[in-house]
Amino acid sequence: MIKFFLMVNKQGQTRLSRYYEHVEINKRTMLETEVIKNCLSRSKDECSFIEYKDFKLVYRQYAALFIVVGIDQTENEMAVYELIHNFVEVLDKYFSRVSELDVSFSVSEIRL
Amino acid sequence: MPAPIRLRELIRTIRTARTQAEEREMIQKECAAIRSSFREEDNTYRCRNVAKLLYMHMLGYPAHFGQLECLKLIASQKFTDKRIGYLGAMLLLDERQDVHLLMTNCIKNDLNHSTQYVQGLALCTLGCMGSSEMCRDLAGEVEKLLKTSNSYLRKKAALCAVHVIRKVPELMEMFLPATKNLLNEKNHGVLHTSVVLLTEMCERSPDMLAHFRKVRKLSFSQLVPQLVRILKNLIMSGYSPEHDVSGISDPFLQVRILRLLRILGRNDDDSSEAMNDILAQVATNTETSKNVGNAILYETVLTIMDIKSESGLRVLAINILGRFLLNNDKNIRYVALTSLLKTVQTDHNAVQRHRSTIVDCLKDLDVSIKRRAMELSFALVNGNNVRGMMKELLYFLDSCEPEFKADCASGIFLAAEKYAPSKRWHIDTIMRVLTTAGSYVRDDAVPNLIQLITNSVEMHAYTVQRLYKAILGDYSQQPLVQVASWCIGEYGDLLVSGQCEEEEPIQVTEDEVLDILESVLISNMSASVTRGYALTAIMKLSTRFTCTVNRIKKVVSIYGSSIDVELQQRAVEYNALFKKYDHMRPALLERMPVMEKVTTNGPAEIVQTNGDTETAVLETKPPPSGLQPANQANDLLDLLGESDITPVIPTAPTSKPASAGGELLDLLGDLNLSGSPVSAPAPQIAQPPFLLDGLTSPPLFNDIAAGIPSITAYNKNGLKIDFTFERSNTNPSVTVITIQASNSTELDMTDFVFQAAVPKTFQLQLLSPSSSVIPAFNSGTITQVIKVLNPQKQQLRMRIKLTYNHKGSAMQDLAEVNNFPPQSWQ
Repeated sequence: MIKFFLMVNKQGQTRLSRYYEHVEINKRTMLETEVIKNCLSRSKDECSFIEYKDFKLVYRQYAALFIVVGIDQTENEMAVYELIHNFVEVLDKYFSRVSELDVSFSVSEIRL
Repeated sequence: MPAPIRLRELIRTIRTARTQAEEREMIQKECAAIRSSFREEDNTYRCRNVAKLLYMHMLGYPAHFGQLECLKLIASQKFTDKRIGYLGAMLLLDERQDVHLLMTNCIKNDLNHSTQYVQGLALCTLGCMGSSEMCRDLAGEVEKLLKTSNSYLRKKAALCAVHVIRKVPELMEMFLPATKNLLNEKNHGVLHTSVVLLTEMCERSPDMLAHFRKVRKLSFSQLVPQLVRILKNLIMSGYSPEHDVSGISDPFLQVRILRLLRILGRNDDDSSEAMNDILAQVATNTETSKNVGNAILYETVLTIMDIKSESGLRVLAINILGRFLLNNDKNIRYVALTSLLKTVQTDHNAVQRHRSTIVDCLKDLDVSIKRRAMELSFALVNGNNVRGMMKELLYFLDSCEPEFKADCASGIFLAAEKYAPSKRWHIDTIMRVLTTAGSYVRDDAVPNLIQLITNSVEMHAYTVQRLYKAILGDYSQQPLVQVASWCIGEYGDLLVSGQCEEEEPIQVTEDEVLDILESVLISNMSASVTRGYALTAIMKLSTRFTCTVNRIKKVVSIYGSSIDVELQQRAVEYNALFKKYDHMRPALLERMPVMEKVTTNGPAEIVQTNGDTETAVLETKPPPSGLQPANQANDLLDLLGESDITPVIPTAPTSKPASAGGELLDLLGDLNLSGSPVSAPAPQIAQPPFLLDGLTSPPLFNDIAAGIPSITAYNKNGLKIDFTFERSNTNPSVTVITIQASNSTELDMTDFVFQAAVPKTFQLQLLSPSSSVIPAFNSGTITQVIKVLNPQKQQLRMRIKLTYNHKGSAMQDLAEVNNFPPQSWQ
């Protein structure tokens, strides 16, 4: 099951966040900073699946933006990896060559 | 009042903020504006304000005052209002707020709206945050929508149904008739969501599962053939632009169907047979050049492993995994290693074939891959390949990160114990581990090694010689030094006499040996435990060595005034041995007898990754980080592998040399040792021969209402744990133990975790603790309740493990509690 879906940039600013389980609001920011710290410290040739607490993170980097999805043990990690890419392609079609600015400004459209 | 700014303006303003404080200021100003606008009940701009509120919520600021506004937006007639209102409801509201029930009526009306988009919105929101009451009320509507012909609505309704089932499992039967037709759709969206719905139903209820597997009496075809047909169409059909992802047609749907097939085929022969062909087809036809293909193959492999497939198919699956391992992409290798770990128990031989590739993965740069490769390597060690594998693993131990060293060292010990081809090899391996990763080994590695050495009688000379050479160079690794000093103490005469069959004997004089032991005593790097070992070793040498007895006497008397109480006590007692009881000295300091071997439950524990065991029942708090605590919990169990024999192994390094037999304890008790500061020998007689580090004497204070004396179970480094007992009135074999942990040092202990294990005949239940921080200066305690079921009324024994953070470093300790008062278990 997917637990959360985040788009965070390299400076740690959250561009989009969607939680599918209840997480307290102050814990959310902490979670986001920790997750992005984990992802930033990985080098390019390390694999995209990190084990974090009791679930896994699947992340993918697009320019300066990280898309991170938190999944639990029953999910197929590679399928989620593909899902991230599919999502980015959809955004690309919708905004015709999407960039980080588009994401930050059209938050409600992306959310739905 | 000027019109509130648009969302874009707000975002632009926030982006110009340079510091966190500036941003907070802007947001607070805007929040105030929004709040006053809400108070004015302004309909036109409400939508805009709520959108801004949602943005601020995403950034992490509180936005609960907007909840009622969301409801008002939902009730409005304009679509834009409804859209933002529902979005706000999904994000800001959840079951915990009371307001959400007000939404139920709105959603009900919107579910019957004429526009499909509005219906869709309502379904989305219900599926996102509907509580059980709302779901119960609206399930009928959802089910109706599941049967419409509009595919946009059908797929949303299916997902909403998934949520309803999760919240209210009893309603599952309501959706059953609707599912019959779902798979006949052409639209992939509907297919996908219906597969999700079916998966959820099958996972939740075994009855449903049985229902779906059986042949249905009506003319509808069975579920499994239907799924197989859909999957076949997906693979065989040519290029379809709307579902294509890098050349493969709708991989997401394929993966979902494979997962559902896995659930249906588990433990069921008929269904598995029906799937065999299609699985083989998918496995062979899918293109592996892109990640997409690999994702599908991964899911196929998982399915093949889980169902009752024929052996040819399983071999195919393992070969696919082997191919994955050779791939350059890290993700794929990681995934392959994970799956191999799951299958290694069942298909051991097939996985062995890929052993060399797995061992290569140990040298990879990536941390996750290294960890997986290490676990898999331990699972693959067997009698034939143990020498080669050990070489690789020792090399890995040299070069790996510190977080792995502990696990790797324990794994090597267990594997070596199980498969050692010869004693000499075993000892060599353990010594190698001690020299490379000495500070990371588990606490009980030292006694285990000592026991191993005493057992291999013919190797004594060789062992002591090697150990001597090892600490000549470097005596900073504590476990190594402890073992070495113990051995030198025991077998020093063999060392000096220079006989050794296995290796080139070295010429060592008695003085040189004493030199090295004294330098260990003096060195700043030695822990006080190590010093204790060294002093005892020097003492033992007084009977083994002939010409340096005076030197030994001098050393021992110096430490009679040492600051360290433990050393002082020992030195004073040894002094007394020299002076008054010299006639007893040789008898007391004789060679240790061969110790009984305690079997550990070895590699079986390591292979099972989720730490399930069938031995003693152990309950601990949820492990903070993945696998390692599970291994440690297993280690705790390993130590209690024997249930009945009173183990003779000294578990505490600070045990005196007389721990081997009770009669020696009696001897010391009768001696009237003058000048010893604490009446230490006396209480020790009362205890069983199982001397434990830091265990104080039995009950010092009387207990409360229940009349059973309470005990201090553990008292070391300022941490004290007391047990108080109560017998349950309803069930006489249940003892309720309340533990209280207190801290007498000047710094708090944080992240305190208490774990316990009991022998096989007992059952243990650990309830949650009051907190995980023990405040300093005994100003507060942590309380936790343990329930022990003792149906056979055996003597209660417990081994406890404590982990906590103190003074910035993580500490952990193992201890055994044996001094349970008889009333607690009789």
